[in-house]
Amino acid sequence: MSGFTERADAALADPILKIAVERTAGTSEAKRAIAIDAFPDFEAARTRAAAIKDHVIAHLGPYLEQFEASAIAAGAQVHWAQTADEACAIVIALCKAAGAKSVARSKSMLGEEIGLPHALEEAGIVRVETDLAEHIIQLADERPSHIIWPAMHKTREQVSALFRAKHANPHKEETIAAMAQSARRELRAKMLGADVGISGANFLIADTGAVCTVTNEGNAELSLVPPRVHIVTAGIEKIVPSMPHAIHMLRMLARSATGAALTQYTTFYTGPKRPGDRDGPEEMHIVLVDNGRTKMRDEGLAEMLRCIRCGACMNHCVVFRQIGGHAYGGTYPGPMGAVLTPALDGLAATRDLAHACTLNGKCQEVCPVKIPLPTLLKGWREKSWREGLEPTSMRWGLGLWAFAATRPALYRLGTAIAIRAIRLIGRTGWIASLPFAGGWTKHRDLPKPAARSFMAQYQQEQRK
Amino acid sequence: MTQNVALFVTCLVDVMRPRIGFATIRALEAAGCTVVVPQGQTCCGQPALNSGDRDHAIALAKQTITALEPYEAIVVPSGSCAGTIRCHYPELFEHDPDWLPRAQAVAEKTFEVMAYLDEVCGWKPEGVSLPATATYHDSCSGLRELGIKAQPRRLLKAIDGLSMAPLAGAETCCGFGGTFCVKYPAISNAIVGEKAAAIQSTGADLLLAGDLGCLMNMAGKLHRDGSKIRAFHAIELIAGMGDGPAIGEEA
Ligand code: SF4
Repeated sequence: MSGFTERADAALADPILKIAVERTAGTSEAKRAIAIDAFPDFEAARTRAAAIKDHVIAHLGPYLEQFEASAIAAGAQVHWAQTADEACAIVIALCKAAGAKSVARSKSMLGEEIGLPHALEEAGIVRVETDLAEHIIQLADERPSHIIWPAMHKTREQVSALFRAKHANPHKEETIAAMAQSARRELRAKMLGADVGISGANFLIADTGAVCTVTNEGNAELSLVPPRVHIVTAGIEKIVPSMPHAIHMLRMLARSATGAALTQYTTFYTGPKRPGDRDGPEEMHIVLVDNGRTKMRDEGLAEMLRCIRCGACMNHCVVFRQIGGHAYGGTYPGPMGAVLTPALDGLAATRDLAHACTLNGKCQEVCPVKIPLPTLLKGWREKSWREGLEPTSMRWGLGLWAFAATRPALYRLGTAIAIRAIRLIGRTGWIASLPFAGGWTKHRDLPKPAARSFMAQYQQEQRK
Repeated sequence: MTQNVALFVTCLVDVMRPRIGFATIRALEAAGCTVVVPQGQTCCGQPALNSGDRDHAIALAKQTITALEPYEAIVVPSGSCAGTIRCHYPELFEHDPDWLPRAQAVAEKTFEVMAYLDEVCGWKPEGVSLPATATYHDSCSGLRELGIKAQPRRLLKAIDGLSMAPLAGAETCCGFGGTFCVKYPAISNAIVGEKAAAIQSTGADLLLAGDLGCLMNMAGKLHRDGSKIRAFHAIELIAGMGDGPAIGEEA
């Protein structure tokens, strides 16, 4: 795969992508602002949300054990996976044991993170994506570009063309309603005919063993209740102590994501079908996935585990808004992705991500659980510097500059020489092209430096 | 109230636009302060800090602390450098019992200039007039690390004849980001391009902000686009120096 810069350049050159990202992120930014304004003391609510997450992350072991015991008591089976491969292997084994030829999947970022779609394909199991956006991504054979709207990079026009090409009985009219009907015709029968339903979890509730899932389309309910077997894959950090905590987090999640008071469908699944229940799966399995989370907690990224995957940080990020999600190259895009991807994929291959940020702090300002994303990104920059992953030119440049800057007399001499050299280039007050500063002057002019530095002028004035 | 204040001029102001340093002195003196410029200063170390080069950041922080700690207050014409000293120096020395108290002491008495004039001195420019329309960009570090938003606007309001045109997305980053703009020039350009368009659509004559880095970025883009909007650090206007050359104009 090409590097970050190439992917970003390609994204910048795509005018349709820009329109698509702007439509969705812009709308959600505006709606969130209205919702937050109307929320009494949102700041206190954020503080509480962060505290809830911090508490469980500090006591992950006991809460997970409590969850396991309650889930088992409710009739579910609990499995533990250290790695992504282990998690996929467990899911595939469960599908095979159920004799499944097809599975209905309700969108989950953890599924993407562990590579489940690919693993199912390799195992020869037909996968029906039931979330509309995931369905679009599956048809286009692409990866999600956003954690809430996986297909946000596509315009309505592009989706329409895709449906026409791939649906058995596509829409005739160019309306959203007709397009949705087309997807419904395509998906509904497959959903209901699936042997196994697979979902993620927004929250795992420790004291009742319930799994909470939110969707805007009701596809989770449709794809998880009819099949004989329901499999949940969830990151271990999704735990909350009890229902009131889950409700608090839900209020934060929905408003931060879309500005809505609540997501359209919020369902709590507690164990499989019980005697006398009219519907529900016969078996419920919950796969608890670590995949680097314990390591993140122990190695300085505990705050990142607060993340409830609302997407506010990316919607408000000036960089994401220009390049979209695919440029980030990992499962998770935007600021949260820039922090998570090096932990998941290794820093050497992803060091660009921590740098491709202006550190403007907006992501932290909007994060409902107050994750200090800029600080965590700076942490990656530091690690990258320590491990010698930064380019030599950068190391030398900064080293030389710091050598001078820690010697004020040398520094003054150096700036005086540099000022003179640079001033020779600019004919007016502006410099349109400066060697060694192409990154600046390619797109903007550089004001000419003053004839003499402040320090030089000030000292002369003092001597008068 | 007379205060002895030390001016930390910032490396960018020192080299690119000394006028901002002199404007800061002028405004502080008008507010009744005695200003000194400690000679041991160069740069607060932000470029190293933001690049992950912790050792050099610490070396520069120590130099800056040593130069500034003898004074009653330290005033900086930049939200991002003031933010570095106030918010990040104490973090840098978190595990250094010798330097931590010194870093904290300096952090506590370091102020961005407009916040200092407005909040500490309770001062407003008097007899300053400039018939123009200006728009103001809230630079990110000052805004989010130090809460600078109302202070510059209050000071600017006291200027006779100056009217303010609101800027859509005034709190949105301009894409400067220190080394970001040279490391990822294409992304930075896309961001500042949108910012420049927003500035142009205000119809203002002047663009103001509190950080020279952001100002150079936005002014450089506006100039490349052929715009006639002139850019100043807000303190220049507040100090009555708004009739001089704007950024990129020869004196
Ligand atoms: S980091 Fe914060 S804002 Fe970003 S997705 Fe996670 S919870 Fe939401």
